[in-house]
Amino acid sequence: MAGLEKKVTAFQDENLSGRSQKLFFEVTEEENFTYYGNHDVDFNKRTSIDCEGMDAKELNQKIKDALKKGYGSIVIKNPGAKHSLGVGILNKLNLIFEGSLGYFGLGCIDGPTVRINGRVGWSCAENMMSGKVVIENNAGSCFGAALRGGDLIVKGDAGARTGIDMKGGTILVGGNAGAYTGFMMQRGRIIVCGNVSANMGDSMYDGIIFVGGEPKSLGTDCIEGEMSDHEIKWLEQKIKNAEINCKVPASKFKKYVAGRMLWNYDNLEPAEKKGILG
Amino acid sequence: MCGIAGVINRKKTVNVGEQMRLMLQGIKHRGPDSTGYAMYGTPLKTGFIMRFKVSENSAEKNGSSKSEDPSVLLDRKKQVDAIMKKHGAKILKQSSSTPYAFRYEFTYKSDDLEALAKDIETVQNTEILSIGKGLELIKDLGDATKVADQYGLNKFMGTHGIGHTRMATESDVDIKSAHPYWAFPYQDVAVVHNGQLTNYWGNRRILERNGYRFNSNCDSEIIAVYIADKMSKGIDLEKAMNDSLDELDGVFTYIVSTKNQLGMAKDHMAAKPMVIYESKDIVACASEEVAIRNIFPHEIITYDPYEAEVKVWQV
Repeated sequence: MAGLEKKVTAFQDENLSGRSQKLFFEVTEEENFTYYGNHDVDFNKRTSIDCEGMDAKELNQKIKDALKKGYGSIVIKNPGAKHSLGVGILNKLNLIFEGSLGYFGLGCIDGPTVRINGRVGWSCAENMMSGKVVIENNAGSCFGAALRGGDLIVKGDAGARTGIDMKGGTILVGGNAGAYTGFMMQRGRIIVCGNVSANMGDSMYDGIIFVGGEPKSLGTDCIEGEMSDHEIKWLEQKIKNAEINCKVPASKFKKYVAGRMLWNYDNLEPAEKKGILG
Repeated sequence: MCGIAGVINRKKTVNVGEQMRLMLQGIKHRGPDSTGYAMYGTPLKTGFIMRFKVSENSAEKNGSSKSEDPSVLLDRKKQVDAIMKKHGAKILKQSSSTPYAFRYEFTYKSDDLEALAKDIETVQNTEILSIGKGLELIKDLGDATKVADQYGLNKFMGTHGIGHTRMATESDVDIKSAHPYWAFPYQDVAVVHNGQLTNYWGNRRILERNGYRFNSNCDSEIIAVYIADKMSKGIDLEKAMNDSLDELDGVFTYIVSTKNQLGMAKDHMAAKPMVIYESKDIVACASEEVAIRNIFPHEIITYDPYEAEVKVWQV
């Protein structure tokens, strides 16, 4: 136990504010490292599933069955903008949707690389842990809500509340983003190549929003920050990797961060204060 | 969480009844309580179409339509006929799909239908659902297919229409609380709405003082009356909708239709969904893309409008 503590470089070494956050992840507990739905797959083993006439539950089960058989590349045909497609995939996997998804697509995924040749509805990749999702057209509202890790890329526009409550990872929007982008975000990065609508970064705790165009207005406690050379290089690379044709050079992007005026993590709750004061 | 949808076919008449039925059936899960259609057929050259009901169809066990005797309903219809005769309105055609809902085609001496409409509604339990040259407003309990079958909408030829699947949250499950709402007494204007309006009562009192009638306690009704009020003052639809974004408070997305226009508006928070597909021939919008995909099985490019956005399309 004592030896383990010194080797840990992830969550517990991060200097988070507050009391509870340091204890939410216990590295010595084995179950935290076990994925029950995880399978060894071969990327060269390919299959396709026609989604016509299927509901989301049936399709998601078929994807899991294919993973069990070791298929590492799956093409989904005719997704037809149905809701909740491709949720809960905890594997490395190449997944291609030949069409649009409805609401809540790819929620709670951890690991897959997904390409969507279409559009996504509300709350795409909600709670995504890791992996990469690329959307060729537009995205609806609440894009990447509560994102925890990985890269989420939309080549077109994203809707309102993009990256709401996000806790990690990167969201990259090739076009414009809607109102309340980065609302209450806690960590991670949002890159918007175009403009952003009103109240950007409202009530954000932490994290960074990079904007190539102009935000219509900033939300409460969102302020402009200073770009470092390192960040410009990172932005350049990230946009290039995403194959987005951004007309604004990385050096012209603006950076927005939390003003931290709303920070009160360490304040005691009224009931706790009362307890201490007796 | 209601579902709204609208479709407008540019410069051609198609089976818009079936288009709307397919779209609304696709978002049945957003509201299973009642379904309503506001459809626009080829406008009459002379006269008007009126849709009205003489009793309520309520989801309660002892709903009035079930407890009321057919002879009572027939008597109310006769009273309506008498009032129309008194006002000089001449009924040309009449039909009914249910014992309580009727469709009349009639001629009238002027385009100002307010006095006639107000008098007809003095008959007990009678509500005019719509009056217009092309507008026909149909609403009842059940899903889109059930209502379309009941009222024979599967072969309704027209240019555009809007519809609604309702999940009752603010008022009862009955016809009077179902959408769409006709902008009484403004002919050919109808509204469907998804959301909540938080300054409903304040605005309602103002409009009531100005002589407007409210038939239900549903917050959505106020949008129709609000638009009617603006248009009666000579303000065009787009301007009226833009004004509504600041004057109506709450979270909402709504669709309005007139005899040759379809418009949508989204509130400042962009809290309620809307997906739009636009092409040269057709514009379709709905709460979810899955509704639009019921009339376009192939891949299409759609988008979400942003906050405080108003769009109006012409036939």
